[in-house]
Amino acid sequence: MTILTIMGQGMAVLLFAYVAGMLYYGLYRNITARFQKRIGPPVLQTFYDSMKLLFKDEATAFGWMFYLGPVIMATGSVLTLLLLPFLRVWHEGSLSVYGDLFVILYLMVMGPLGNALAVGVSGNPFGVMGVTRGLTRLMGLELPFYIAVIGVMSVAQSSDIWHIIAWQQIHGINMIHYPLLFIAALFSFVGFMGSSPFDVVAAPQEVYSGPRSEFSGKFLGLLMSQNAIFGFAKLLLMVDLFWGGADSIVELILKTFTLFLVTIVIGVVYGRFKVHQAVDFLVKFPTLLGVVGLLLL
Amino acid sequence: MKEGFLIEQERLEHEAAASLKSSGLINDIIRYFRKKSIFVLAYGTGCGAIEMPPTFTSRYDAERFGIRGAATPRQADVIVVSGYLSFKTLRRIIHTYEQMASPKYVIALGSCTINGGMYWDSYNTIKQLDKYIPVDMYANGCMPRPEALLEAFIALQKKIENDEEPSGWERYLENIEWYRQNQRAVLGEDIKPAYEADWYTEGR
Ligand code: SF4
Repeated sequence: MTILTIMGQGMAVLLFAYVAGMLYYGLYRNITARFQKRIGPPVLQTFYDSMKLLFKDEATAFGWMFYLGPVIMATGSVLTLLLLPFLRVWHEGSLSVYGDLFVILYLMVMGPLGNALAVGVSGNPFGVMGVTRGLTRLMGLELPFYIAVIGVMSVAQSSDIWHIIAWQQIHGINMIHYPLLFIAALFSFVGFMGSSPFDVVAAPQEVYSGPRSEFSGKFLGLLMSQNAIFGFAKLLLMVDLFWGGADSIVELILKTFTLFLVTIVIGVVYGRFKVHQAVDFLVKFPTLLGVVGLLLL
Repeated sequence: MKEGFLIEQERLEHEAAASLKSSGLINDIIRYFRKKSIFVLAYGTGCGAIEMPPTFTSRYDAERFGIRGAATPRQADVIVVSGYLSFKTLRRIIHTYEQMASPKYVIALGSCTINGGMYWDSYNTIKQLDKYIPVDMYANGCMPRPEALLEAFIALQKKIENDEEPSGWERYLENIEWYRQNQRAVLGEDIKPAYEADWYTEGR
């Protein structure tokens, strides 16, 4: 396993995640529009938006700490993606043999915290409000998700995601064997994807896009691009943990898109929770499901 | 000095004459992205504001052209000034406009922004928006229907694609003294001397 294969494979994964993420989020807007009886934007719209922003000026300057925020976020997303098993056949020459589930769970929180730093520097009240809402929500999101992850780890007797995938190869996928754990994780997952009813962070009508409200131009474009990559990474994590990974690209696309469709449909049907309602709901219902699931292991 | 509608007439003729110019592949691609994605800051000042919600929602669905609302001025490409402007609101418009990231465009909605409309002799509204901030596209009528607003957006997209120079924000920067003079004439001396965005980007 040379450094070149690792880098080549990493670039390929990154490129694939970027393209897929952009298309998925474009479809998100298009499908949402269809639900609302509109024609909706073209599928490439998210891509157009981010590219346009990358060629724009910035309107603000708050020093380098401010600009570090999007960069930390992008770093977190890219690392999360690279440390996740991509295809089952790509075990050799993949960076993901080095990471385990604990690292992934840590990295998933790193981005938002980095962004919180930048927003704090800008001092925008809406941004600070958005960050506060985000961190409050995170407490609710993490509880059921971690419970489900603990369950998955304890059945596979390993925190290595490759082991968890291998275990599913032998015993069947976790989604079917441990549906309660899966449902508990799915609730958090919908929140992690920033979909209604848990989209309290950037609520445009309340906090004017929250943490993003001071970002313009290239940095907003960077935030949008990393969001596409991170979105795909989260889908990949769910597929790896509960759906036994994927063997081919087609299988991967089918599995991730099915999961994505679930979040779209949930997001379209439900309105937004208030912050305390979201946390309240998450620590009650999904957490309870997760605990029952753990007891039934 | 030219009145607003004359300027508009000139623009329309100009637009008909202009054909698609190319200025290098990279520039063409960038302009294509700019054209395809327009974030709008809807600044509801006059009665025309009521026409904007239908434009963006299910019935007229501006999003199919890549036009969607922006949450803050920082993220916006286009500011829509909808109708008459009192002096007080004008000050806010100037602040908002100068804080947007360039390239940025202004769409003026309704007769009031062109020549004062039915407020032509009012004591506390401005009559011609183009004297205070550079207007890129007018949608005339009192009040213009969502179709007219959409048409203005599409005309603006054509303008972006044809790269008509100089666009509004460049005119503004070049002639900042002239604009400031006009602004001072109605707002008094209490207006910032320099381009406001300079203050924000200072020390970059
Ligand atoms: S043009 Fe007509 S509708 Fe528009 S603000 Fe003026 S008076 Fe109102």
